[in-house]
Amino acid sequence: MDLSRRDALAALAASGAAGVAGAAFLDGEDGVAATADPTPPDDVSTLVAVAETVYPSATEGITDFVETYVAGLPDERREEMVSAATDLDATARDWFDAPLTGLDRSTRDRLLRDLGVDAADPDPDGYLSERVRFHLVNELLYAFYASPTGGRLVGIENPVGYPGGTESYRHARMEDGDG
Amino acid sequence: MADDPADRSPSHRTDVCVVGAGPAGTIVAARLAEAGHDVVVLDAGPRFDLDDRTEQLDAHLRPGVDGGVSEAPRGDGEAAADLWGMGGERDAYTSSGPEGYPLNAARVKGVGGSTLHWQGMVMRLHERDFELDSRHGVGVDWPIDYADLRPYYAAAERELGVAGADDNPFAPPREEPFPLPAFPPSHSDSIFAEACERLGLPTHSVPNARNSEPHDGASACVGYGTCKPVCPSGAKYTAERHVARAEAAGARVIDRAPVQRLEHDGSGERIEAAVYATPEGTEHRQAARAVVLACGGVENVRLLLLSASDAHPDGLANSSGLVGRYFMDHCFAGVGGRIDRPTRQNHVGFNTTECHALYDAADPLPGVKLEFLNYAGPSPVVEALHADDWGDTLLDDLRDSYGTHLAVGGLVEQFPRAENRITLDRSTTDDHGNPVPDVQWSVGPETRAAIERVNEVQRAILGELDADIDWVVGPDETGPAFHHMGTTRMGTDPAESVVAPDCRAHDCDNLWIAGSSVFPTGGGMNPTLTIAALSCRLADRLDGWL
Repeated sequence: MDLSRRDALAALAASGAAGVAGAAFLDGEDGVAATADPTPPDDVSTLVAVAETVYPSATEGITDFVETYVAGLPDERREEMVSAATDLDATARDWFDAPLTGLDRSTRDRLLRDLGVDAADPDPDGYLSERVRFHLVNELLYAFYASPTGGRLVGIENPVGYPGGTESYRHARMEDGDG
Repeated sequence: MADDPADRSPSHRTDVCVVGAGPAGTIVAARLAEAGHDVVVLDAGPRFDLDDRTEQLDAHLRPGVDGGVSEAPRGDGEAAADLWGMGGERDAYTSSGPEGYPLNAARVKGVGGSTLHWQGMVMRLHERDFELDSRHGVGVDWPIDYADLRPYYAAAERELGVAGADDNPFAPPREEPFPLPAFPPSHSDSIFAEACERLGLPTHSVPNARNSEPHDGASACVGYGTCKPVCPSGAKYTAERHVARAEAAGARVIDRAPVQRLEHDGSGERIEAAVYATPEGTEHRQAARAVVLACGGVENVRLLLLSASDAHPDGLANSSGLVGRYFMDHCFAGVGGRIDRPTRQNHVGFNTTECHALYDAADPLPGVKLEFLNYAGPSPVVEALHADDWGDTLLDDLRDSYGTHLAVGGLVEQFPRAENRITLDRSTTDDHGNPVPDVQWSVGPETRAAIERVNEVQRAILGELDADIDWVVGPDETGPAFHHMGTTRMGTDPAESVVAPDCRAHDCDNLWIAGSSVFPTGGGMNPTLTIAALSCRLADRLDGWL
């Protein structure tokens, strides 16, 4: 399943962020954002590494998707993501003597579970596991499953939170297209 | 929360002071202001900023995000319990009856009132609802009948911008089309329709206070799927529309101005002023020629009881002793399960098909309606954010849990019972030192039996679809639908009712009560259209009186 920058814009619409910062990114060709992410490349790579861990393994196009999504978030929300990613990366370096991006998928998965992120309550100001759950895992899962493309994997092209109109609920099955 | 306007001082030469900025009060305010009267509306809660709705959506969906209202309008520093800032000392209450009542989940204080978080279903009551005693020997008759209210129902549908279709064979007679076309039935509605047809239960559309096309300055529904508790698009009606109309016609709407008591003249027969507090701790008196009490079936009662005086020792307008008595709600009944084909749930947050075939029947006697949900089962995105897994395992879990759920809900009438009541709990006080409301609520034997009967029908419908039933809300699990009715009942006899048929208090010349607290019986239909119709009627009567 291929994610695209367009999917990221749809995810921003679902998050409500497009009405704030993301609106500026809707002006590109075909409504697709130019890369204007102020996030340093290393930080984006760390976010992509988390996304690769929590998204289904068959997902492709994660880098463009994450870059565009993060760029469209309001500044404070993006900075919180980066801060949590920095702390998670530091933990990876402590435990495995390697940055998060240097670990394979199963090791990243183990790191998250050993931190207790799977069972942590999402809390923007909590302990590391809670902040990682809130700012990274849940932020990225929200971007994925509140977008039509992520929803389609489960069988719903107009997921809750996405303003996908009032046609799809009448249809017996998903129609082709981007939702 | 919107920026705080500084001026909360009272107005001079005010014709009408409306207490409460929900639909009951603001429809009156808008119509009277447009008729040229000077109107002031006071509300205990804040004015919520329309620009915050997407943040509130975010807070609703993402665990860990604080309520979209950045600061709860209270002084105790406690975090808001929900998106609309309910909870804490301002909203303290007790619930001492046989069944617990979650009052603060059931209401919103603020400009727009409970329409800020409502579902938006708007049906007319049936003829039988006005004649329950005459027809069946239970409850009481209303002092007005359906024919009296019929033109006001049409006006109310225009006021709320109702999207509907004249396809309901069980609905009372109507003379004109709905203002907006109905939302078409869902895919799951078509599944239910087959089953219901086999059982002799015709299905039909649902009147929704929700734009099926652009209307009244708001967009058509865009399908966020979060109608309850927040509509980010503005397509769902909230009383903020009437606030805007009232203000455009010259009315003042003062938020964060909880009314502490109503004060009367020396005779005790005329209200002189509403005394209200401000966030700064100042107390003001808003004098007016008439006062319209419109703060819901619980706070209407509390304010009348808090306004006790030598002339009215048991509370204002309470010579009958019935203020607070006969508190009614609607009880939920439901059955849900899964079938072996896609049901396409959770695309939208509202319903498009119901069945009122049982409503006027004698088995069960309480009015009941069936609702075919468009949001049965989990939403994948919400489930993902609460899951304890991710990656391929999460995807497999979501695929397993989404896609084949169905549910039939329903509302069941409660007959008026004197022991179900709102009183003051003098052992507990709010942030202004006033005793808090105590809710004493129970379901009652007729309603329990009716819920069981509804469950039988709901099981039969799902049985026709070979569904695996996985939950039932029956008489032991039921809860209230958050419709607060009956506590200042309407009638002709001052010994048996609180307000007259024109909604004016028997005991006070210039005190009018709007909202579902005046309902003598509650039927089984969502009450807001009837609230709006009565407010249109009240505005006409009060306009004439002024």
